[in-house]
Amino acid sequence: MWESIRRWFDPRELRSVGTPPDYRFSLANERTFLAWLRTGLALVAGGLAAAQFLPPLPLAHLREGLAVGLLLLGATVSIRAVDHWARTERAIRLGEELPASRFPAVLALIVALGALVLVAAVLLRGTP
Amino acid sequence: MTGDPGLPAERTRLAWRRTLLTLTVVLLLQLRPAFTGRVVDAALAGVAILVWLVVLAVAWRRATGSPPRRLGRVAMPLTALGAAALALLGVAHVLGRVH
Repeated sequence: MWESIRRWFDPRELRSVGTPPDYRFSLANERTFLAWLRTGLALVAGGLAAAQFLPPLPLAHLREGLAVGLLLLGATVSIRAVDHWARTERAIRLGEELPASRFPAVLALIVALGALVLVAAVLLRGTP
Repeated sequence: MTGDPGLPAERTRLAWRRTLLTLTVVLLLQLRPAFTGRVVDAALAGVAILVWLVVLAVAWRRATGSPPRRLGRVAMPLTALGAAALALLGVAHVLGRVH
């Protein structure tokens, strides 16, 4: 794990692996990273908004739980984005297959589950 | 190189600008509780501003510079870590309010 973290910050390491690719592929990889990062930042913004603008929900600390969950999810998406970017860059330079990942599916399920919890909370709030 | 070499670079610069804009929105949300007068909230906001400034200083060249053909190795991990740091500051803020 520390090896891959060191790799994110080591310019020579990535540049010495394999052969330099068409720079347009690197730029496309960079834009994919940025799109993931914006996804992470949107989750962080959602967490901050939940903490600041939601009224207290019927279940104790549900609001705080949702906020912390969204914030941690946003942090995870951001860190995973840079890891995936580095591994993709490496694969491009080595001519290997791009790294496959279950992460997008898992993230979609978590977000859907969170939305269902919120729907339940709103409906519970509606009934006296 | 075939095709237009300028467009991928331009698209990448614009993607960086969108990302920095999103980061700024997160910062503004982060600053909001600082106006309640609690010292802890002001301190968290101060740290958030510092994180934002560091990311901006590094990533701005990527967002505006000449065609970014060389990989910006520091800008990418640093921006991701900055986003994660803002998230953890938010967690600290929420946990600081739970009684």
